Amino acid sequence: MTSAVSFQKVSRHFGSVRAVDAVDLDIVPGEFFAMLGPSGSGKTTCLRLIAGFEQPTAGSISIFGERAEGVPPYRRNVNTVFQDYALFPHLNVLDNVAYGLMVKGIGRPERQKAAEDALALVRLPGYGARRPGQLSGGQRQRVALARALVNQPKVLLLDEPLGALDLKLRENMQEELKSLQKALGITFVFVTHDQGEALSMADRVAVFNDGKIMQIGTPEDIYQRPKTRFVADFVGSSNVLPPDFVQRYAGQHRWGSLRPESIRIGRAAKGDGVAARLVSTNYLGATTRLALDAEGLRLHVIVPAGAALPREGEAVALTFNREQLHLMDDLG
Amino acid sequence: MRSDRGPSAPIGLKLAATGGLLFLHLPILLIFVYAFTTEEKSFVWPPPGLTTQWFAVTWNRPDVWQALSLSVRVAAISTAIALVLGTLCAAAVSRTKFFGRETISLLVILPIALPGIITGIALRSAFALAEIPFSFWTIVLGHATFCVVVVYNNAVARFRRTSGSMIEASMDLGADGFQTFRHVVLPNIATALLAGGMLAFALSFDEVIVTTFTAGQQQTVPIWMLEELIRPRQRPVTNVVAMVVVLVTLLPILVAYYLTRDGDQIAGSGK
Repeated sequence: MTSAVSFQKVSRHFGSVRAVDAVDLDIVPGEFFAMLGPSGSGKTTCLRLIAGFEQPTAGSISIFGERAEGVPPYRRNVNTVFQDYALFPHLNVLDNVAYGLMVKGIGRPERQKAAEDALALVRLPGYGARRPGQLSGGQRQRVALARALVNQPKVLLLDEPLGALDLKLRENMQEELKSLQKALGITFVFVTHDQGEALSMADRVAVFNDGKIMQIGTPEDIYQRPKTRFVADFVGSSNVLPPDFVQRYAGQHRWGSLRPESIRIGRAAKGDGVAARLVSTNYLGATTRLALDAEGLRLHVIVPAGAALPREGEAVALTFNREQLHLMDDLG
Repeated sequence: MRSDRGPSAPIGLKLAATGGLLFLHLPILLIFVYAFTTEEKSFVWPPPGLTTQWFAVTWNRPDVWQALSLSVRVAAISTAIALVLGTLCAAAVSRTKFFGRETISLLVILPIALPGIITGIALRSAFALAEIPFSFWTIVLGHATFCVVVVYNNAVARFRRTSGSMIEASMDLGADGFQTFRHVVLPNIATALLAGGMLAFALSFDEVIVTTFTAGQQQTVPIWMLEELIRPRQRPVTNVVAMVVVLVTLLPILVAYYLTRDGDQIAGSGK
């Protein structure tokens, strides 16, 4: 099967900066694909390479089997939802949504009908006459989404579209985007630095760092079986354990990753487990996050709300199941 | 809350402010009054009598019409040139970063910072060197040097407030460069261009110094007025023309002010 988007050894350099460095990538048609990474990791540049705003320095890109190098953005069957929405302030909402059809030369009645339908799809029916300036952030985001979807793109690119929304709205939009994608069957490529967002929405996640892809996999793969220390630390702030530590408790001289929710806290007197001392507690609502000092190693433990907590400075013993300790290769 | 509900200003300050305003604007009112005087050889205060005959006299003087027509044509064409060049330059400077960008920005603004006499002398010697005879077009070129600045400044300020991703969004939605300019860029900078264009027109219309150096035998309105003041005959005609000039230059500046007051400065209106 042809990939929706395929990168072969794609690089994009800005002067001496390797924003994207020999990236290989295959996005399956119809999947919800997330590109996750800290700022400056190359994920947005990858998105702009797909959209056509950037051209690769080396390597080749194809979209549904067609070579994309040198093809300008306006000749690609790909649409983007921009981080700042980039709505046209001089046009009303309906004309904003109909813009893509207008420049393609589709007649006014037909394109307005299509724009109305797209607005209904993002649950903003009847908002056509308003100006973008009169809408809230969440509504603008929906307009930007409708404006992209009305063109029936083969791939929809979303550049941190939820970044500017408040928490409640963001959670609602996550669900809505996910069900919209299921209903339309369009390939979504979603850029985010929020690991929670990537894990909850995507079918597959690519974790970026320093212009390279560290790992591609299902959210569960990425979370439970991180391949590198970076992925373990960036996705869900795992406890990254050095080889000497792992040697003692698992018998192998390799780096290990231990999720903070996999650790249990017991009394120091029992003798087994890792001896540790409580440094601080962070109340997070549903859970509490504890920072502990285990023989000079800083470990984090997450316990559910209501659990009995040790006092600060108190000595405790930490235990975990051997299978919860995930071993990693010694990479970045 | 602003300070308009605070204690009122001391009486001395009020007097000083009133005095300042009167000093600025009384002489202009005086010009208007002299347009109606019956005394034609010299300006006497108070005017011995009032008449509207000078409007008819002015209407029938072909030299007034020639000067007016020349000024309007020069201002219109300089403004048109400035609109094209200023917009292109502003787009280049604000959209991309390139080596020497700040220098180019400074060089474009320089003609308005330089005294007009320098621009005038420089252009005159350049025309002489290139053996270009003085004509309508040499005046237009001279005026275009500072008209470009006004348009450029207004356009740059607007481009800076226009989100760059809007242009990308337009391309992303299938519009090529020309369609993007027509449907997105132009509507967003239109008021800035209108304001810049009106200011440029007003500047060109009452320009004296650069015109003196770049005109041949032709007289624009301000030059015609200078000549006229030397001759002690039908003096109030000059005042009638002055009133017209005030209206022709003041109205565009006011319109430009209202078009751009939400944020843009009327760059270069101080010249």
